[in-house]
Formats: sequence, C-alpha cells, structure tokens
Amino acid sequence: MFSRRSILRGGALAGLSSLLPASLLPAWARSASDGNHGLPKATATEFNLSIGRFPVRIDGRAGEAVGVNGTLPAPLIRFREHDEITLNVTNTLDEDTSVHWHGLLVPFQMDGVPGVTFPGIRPGETFTYKYAVPQSGTYWYHSHSGLQEQQGLYGPLIIDPHHHDPIAYDREYVLVLSDWSFESPYRIFAKLKKMSHAYNYQQRTVGDFLKDAKERGLGAAWAERAMWGQMRMSPRDIADVTGSTYHFLINGHTTLDNWNGVFQPGERVRLRIINASAMTIFNVRLPDLPMTIVAADGLHVQPLEVDEFQMGVAETYDVIIEPKEDRAYAFVAESIDRSGQAVATFGPRPGMRAEAPALRAVPTLTMKDMGMDHGAMGHGDMDMGGEEMSGMDHSMMDHSKMDHAAMGHDMSGHEGHDMGDMEMDHSAHGMPDKANWPVETKTIRRGPGIDNIAMMPMSRLDEPGIGLEDVGHRVMRYSQLRSLTRNPDLRPPGREMEIHLTSSMERYMWSFDGVKFSEVTEAIVFHEGERVRVTLINNTMMPHPIHLHGMFFDLVNGGGEYCPRKHTVIVKPGEKLSFDVSADHVGDWAFHCHLLYHMHAGMMQVVSVLPSTDQMPMDHEHMNHEMMDRDMPMKHEMPMDHDMMDHSTMGHDMNGEMK
Amino acid sequence: MMRPQLLAAFAAMAIASPALAQAHDHAGPPAADRPWSQADAYFDPAEMDAERRHMQAHDGNTPVGMILLNRGEIQSADGKETGLWDLDAWYGGDINKVWLKTEGEYSFEDSEVDDAEVQLLWSRAISTFFDVQTGVRYDFEPDGLAHAVLGIQGVAPYWFEVDGAAYLSEEGDLTAGFEAEYELLLTNRLILQPRLAANFSAQDIPDRETGSGLTDLQAGLRLRYEIRREFAPYAGVEYRKAFGGTADFIEAAGGDADETRFLIGIRSWY
Repeated sequence: MFSRRSILRGGALAGLSSLLPASLLPAWARSASDGNHGLPKATATEFNLSIGRFPVRIDGRAGEAVGVNGTLPAPLIRFREHDEITLNVTNTLDEDTSVHWHGLLVPFQMDGVPGVTFPGIRPGETFTYKYAVPQSGTYWYHSHSGLQEQQGLYGPLIIDPHHHDPIAYDREYVLVLSDWSFESPYRIFAKLKKMSHAYNYQQRTVGDFLKDAKERGLGAAWAERAMWGQMRMSPRDIADVTGSTYHFLINGHTTLDNWNGVFQPGERVRLRIINASAMTIFNVRLPDLPMTIVAADGLHVQPLEVDEFQMGVAETYDVIIEPKEDRAYAFVAESIDRSGQAVATFGPRPGMRAEAPALRAVPTLTMKDMGMDHGAMGHGDMDMGGEEMSGMDHSMMDHSKMDHAAMGHDMSGHEGHDMGDMEMDHSAHGMPDKANWPVETKTIRRGPGIDNIAMMPMSRLDEPGIGLEDVGHRVMRYSQLRSLTRNPDLRPPGREMEIHLTSSMERYMWSFDGVKFSEVTEAIVFHEGERVRVTLINNTMMPHPIHLHGMFFDLVNGGGEYCPRKHTVIVKPGEKLSFDVSADHVGDWAFHCHLLYHMHAGMMQVVSVLPSTDQMPMDHEHMNHEMMDRDMPMKHEMPMDHDMMDHSTMGHDMNGEMK
Repeated sequence: MMRPQLLAAFAAMAIASPALAQAHDHAGPPAADRPWSQADAYFDPAEMDAERRHMQAHDGNTPVGMILLNRGEIQSADGKETGLWDLDAWYGGDINKVWLKTEGEYSFEDSEVDDAEVQLLWSRAISTFFDVQTGVRYDFEPDGLAHAVLGIQGVAPYWFEVDGAAYLSEEGDLTAGFEAEYELLLTNRLILQPRLAANFSAQDIPDRETGSGLTDLQAGLRLRYEIRREFAPYAGVEYRKAFGGTADFIEAAGGDADETRFLIGIRSWY
C-alpha cells in the first residue's frame, strides 16, 4: 500500500532529470531533481511487500533485479517504536524467498532466516510478519535466501522513537549504499571458488616491485615480496569482489546517475546511512564537511565529530551534517580496496553535481594484518609508563590525564541528555577486568580450510581501518564510540567463549573455528538470562563484519558503562575483540559474516538462546569434546608469552580511554 | 583392445564417486540430532528440518566445476606445425573433487594426432595448498595404453603451481611427470608465465622410444594478455630437449634431440 502512496507522491513532481527512470525508485531514494527534498515523516503499521523480478537501469545499462515492489532499493518501511506492525510478504518468484529485519529485536520466529527461524516463503505464498519492537533508529531489511541480497532485495527501515528523539535536525535523508553487478551472484561465487583473485586487478606488479626497490632498497623490497610469497598470500587481498564487476550505488544511483539532495545553508541535516552491500565495506566522507556521528547500528551514541569513517556491510550510522556554504558537497562512498566509489551530491539547489574526488591509492596489507606484528605488540604504543601498566587496576589509572572531550563527552548538538549521568563516574570507564570468569578457548590448526593462524592477535579497535591510517583527517575508530545512555546490563560476563574467524583464501573457504555452516552439528548455546563475553579472533587477512541476530551486544571498547551497543562489528585482520551480550532473547539466531559470499561459503553459525528452564551451569562435556576434536592447542603453534597478549589487549582498550 | 581400458575408467569413476556424492549431498549434519530446533514449535518440524538441511548445504557445501584450457596453442619449429592442447576440468566440493585432465599433440604435417592422453582422477585436499590425486590415465595415442595414477597438485611456497604424478602402465612400466608454472605480473593483465615440465622413466621402454632416467624437459615462456580473466591470448617460446636413451631413439630416427618452438595460443576458463 505504502509504495503506491510513495509513487504518487513522487509522481506529482515533474522534471525528472537523472538518467534513472524515477518510476523505478521509491520516493525516498529519488534525487532532489526528481522531487525528493527530504524524507516524509509518515509512518504506518501495515506494509505489503511483493517480491519479484523486474528490470533496472544501472549506469545506463539494462539489468534484472530481484527485489520488493519493483524498486531498487526496496521501499522505505517506517513505523513507530512499540507499534504492532504487520508486514505481508508475497513471493512472486519461482524460488523461495525471505525477509530479515536487520537489527530488530523481533520474536525469533519473525526474524526471517530460512532453516533457522522459519521455513522460508515458498513461491506464490504470502507470509505475514507481525511484531512490535522496543527500539528506534535506522535499520534495514534484506533477503536471507539464496543470494538475493546481491540481486537487489534490500531496503531501509526507520523506527521513530515512541517519545522524544534526542537528535535535532531540520531535514533527513536515507542513504542506502550498495553494490550491483550485471553478473549473476551465483556466477560471482563460482568464479571466486575457481580463482579467488578473479576480480582483483590491483595485485602488485613487477613495476611496483621496481618502484619499491628504488625507494626502499632491493633487499628490503625482495625480502618483503619473499615473505608474502612464502605464505602464498597477497597484501592486496582487500576485497574479494571489486569495482571490476561492481557498480557502486547510493540509493540505486551510480556516480553517473548522481543522486542529489538539497539543504538550506545552515540547516542540520540528518543522514541515515545504511551499508546494504553484499560485499563492499565503504569509506564514507564528505570532503570539506565534517560529520557528527549520532547513532551507530540504530542506537544513539554520544556525538562524535569526524571527517570519515569505515562502514562495514550491514552497519548503519546516523550523522548530522551542517553545510553552511552555498555550494555543492560530494558524498563519497569509496570501496575499501579503492577499486571504485559512488558519489552523490548535497547542494542548496536540486540537480547540482559535486566534483567527484579521484580514487585514493590502493592500500597494501602489512604483517599486522596477519596477526604477526611483533613490534606493535610492545607497550611502546601506549601513552603511559610501565608502572602504571603493571597493576591494570582502575585505581591506578590517572584519570586526570584523560581528555574528556576526546571521549565523546562533547554534549553540544543534542538535547535532553542527562549530563549528571555522564559527569565522570570514573569507575564506569574502567578497562575490562582480567577475566574472572571461565574462558572457553578453542584450538585451530592449519588444514585445507585454514591457511593462517594469527599468532599474536591484538586489539585494533583504536585503528580507523584498512587504508585510513594516514589520510590526514579525523577518522572514526570503534574505541571512540560511546553509547548515549548507560548500558542496560552492567553485570560482568559469567563466562567467555572464543570464536575464531578462519579461511583458506586460495580455496575460497570461510568458516568459524574451521567449521563451515554445512558441517555444523551443534549450535552455540547461550542460556536465557546469562551474560556472555564473546571474543572474536580474526585469523584471516580480511576484515569481517560479523552480525548477531536478535540481540545487541556491548562492544568492549573501554567505554565502561557506555559501551556502544551494536548488531554488527568489523573484525579487522589479525584482530581480537570482545563483546558482551545479555542472552535475554530466547530463540535460534543466525550469527554470521555479513559479506554475502563468505556466508555462502560457510562463515555462519546459529546462537541458540535456550529458555532458563533448560539452564545448565556449564557445558563442560561440550568443552572437553571440542578440545579433543582438534589436536594441537594454539600454544604449540607458536610458543609465546600469553601474559603479554593479555596486556596488549588491555593496553589498547586503555589507550582508547586515555587519548 | 579398448575394453579393459574402459573398465579401468569406470573403476576410476567408482573411486571418484564419493566426491560426487559429497558434492550432491544435501543431507546436512551427519548427526541424527538437530543442531537447533526451537522454530519447530512454530512451524511444521518436517518442513523446518528439510529447510535446515537445505540452508546448511547452501552455506558451505555448494559444488563447483571448472573447465580450464591452460594451453591451446600452435607450435612451430623448422616449418613444422603442431597443435597442442592441455585442458583440465573439475567438479566437486572443497575437499573432494573429480578431475579430468587431457593433453595431446596434433601434427599438421601428418594430419594426425601424435599423442593424446586423458586422466580421470579423484582429488582430495590434504592441506591448505595441496591435493592428492589418484585414478587412471589412458593414452589414446600413440598406443592405447592404460596407467594407474598417483599424484600431488597444488601451490608451493612463492606461488609456484606444481603438479607431479607417477604412472604405472598396464605393461608394468613406471614413469613420472612433473610440471611447475609461475605467473609474473608485468601488469594486472599482461602476465609472463614461465613453465617447466620434466618426464622420467624407471626403465627403458623400447615400444615408446623411451630410455630410463630423465627422458625429456620442456622450458617455456608464455606472455598472455587477459582481455578478461577468463580469456587470454598469448605468444611464447618453448625449448624441448630429450636426454639419454630417449635422445638416442630420436636421433636414430633422424630427429633432433632438442629444438626451440615458437607458439601462439589461447588460455581460457569457465
């Protein structure tokens, strides 16, 4: 229903100047030149979504999409917190489909994952989703069937707060970032399986070697090449699927199609940015215009002004921009491997086109990305003396040295926040305690499915992400994010489990703990009411946006009682990070890498939150069994000082705290 | 004459069939217990079970196949032209695959196929970079001879693609072959590929004009341009030399034990 209304709204405005037939776009996704001057506030409680195939034009070329109500991206679903919502999803395809509400705390049988939470939607069937959720913010929805997400089945979802929105703004837009290919997604996956570097045209060449040898000396250049060659890995292995097949989209528009939005100089404009890509992690920036991040993954964070941020697939960020000049500003979503970008325009008048910046230099991975950077493990990184380190005790931290502003306590720009709450409950800013709880470690070993074991995984929360280390302006780091409100569950974890992200790039195999989804025989079990720390260790050379359905987790980033609560987190190559999750939402929940082809290759699991009646203190049997299944504990792979690892991890959290 | 070889080929397929079965197996986890089942309370458990199996197989156990024409070329030496093919095809899952390899040469001068061999192999991943392969080889030319094959193929440190195999013929003769290729990226599309191949024999095989020891060596250099990843024309040069008893056989027949061939060809895959 709402889509018809949207079309009528848009159709009333003439002057369709973009290359895209606007009829293929929902109103929210159109350019200012096609009548979109900001999001309508209208909410509804019932939505009809018809899933089918339809023609699209991308970069002037005709293709076929799979999506909702004939539009790419899918229509905007907007409703109010706590409202009972009905969504009727009709499948007109000749294959199964599904819709998953990404980040929404729905009853699990409404979560929309075939084989996990429901049987899927058969051809010709209508499935009715019904739920009310206790949350607000920017989310999205997408298919969890086949590879339909790559084919166009994704759209934005906004939940307006029941009461008061702490974020003030004059105008808002949704920006859905995505990647489109005219190749079938099944073909893309098959090509990756046949030749994992099939889409990578940014490998280092003989010319690069000569240039390197000239700059750094032949010996150094040779040694570095030999090291990578010996491991049979590529330092340019940053994105599996690249601009060589992808057309990067902002609201269904390529750079050529120039999505444009308008503002009145001086206005506060809220951008609800959603990375709905299948495979593309984006670097997001507006040259000459700072952004203030006010929400991450739908939930409010303390305002943080940055110039750029790296955005994992499936993450959402709300930012406020305040353009003051009468000029066009570029909005740039650059693929992490710099093989392409999508550029949109914000200007005071419809139809303006900002100058697209040139693509920046292709980043090259380092040993750190292999989890092997010994230098960076040292304590020299930290802005504090060794004595202060030794205790790792909250009382020993010199809080007077903390730069409160940098901690995101700059309260300007949003209202209704309880400053009293914030005023430095220092104990809230402690670093995570050394584990006083049982830790279930896993051991993995090299084999057909595992090509690397991070010998010294470390926290990289205080890094901006691949390629953004030296860009010369402020780039968001996860360590800077602070929840706007105090975390709802302040209990320490009752136990901790490690999960290894594992892969064999050459065979294009991706898994958790070396076990592909197809091989999983036991779900990850949480018991209702318990608080669990999950520690992810990335043994692969790629960043993975890891997504847990059904629950927000508190990212352990030194934020004390104000840790950012997220549904998706990028785990950088060679990184070890932790999140705490309160298992308060009974059901079977998908847990996977949100890079579509990694999931398709097997990087997926299910978290079963069992009702408290089934509660057992600890599944020791299972733990032992795990240990016996895989020989060789990790110690044997690389003898090392484990104390040092712990210190380093803690040091990084502390670092984020102190800066 | 053909029958025993065909039987051998079928036997190889029987060996290889576990790979095919695995590739098609949508049975999901081996355990009878369901790894998760809370949705069964809301939906038909049988339907959920079927969908769970389907979903698990979909994410991690999708069989893939590939056809690679590694070398499809015309070689020229002393005004004599030879057509050469070297084609691999495989199908299967991450661990088990069926491979079909065929190589051969066609003499334009004599308008006939001089050499033609086909291998049907079961390939199993045994480590991060290596597969063990076993099965049968049948040489249609020159003599219609079957061999049992045991080999190893993979990527060695420093990105050398290697393939070595031992062959035991139905006559009881043991031979071996080894190949290594490297790809030097002049640009991301212009690629120089050195290739080295060597053959060995454990005994003299007069019927095949082969002496024992190192029988022959090929060293090639091919420069290809990948118009698309899947399609690359190339040009190159190859030096061939026969050794020992094998060289004697060739020279006795009035041939050259070593020669340099210029070549053009197509590398393509699907």
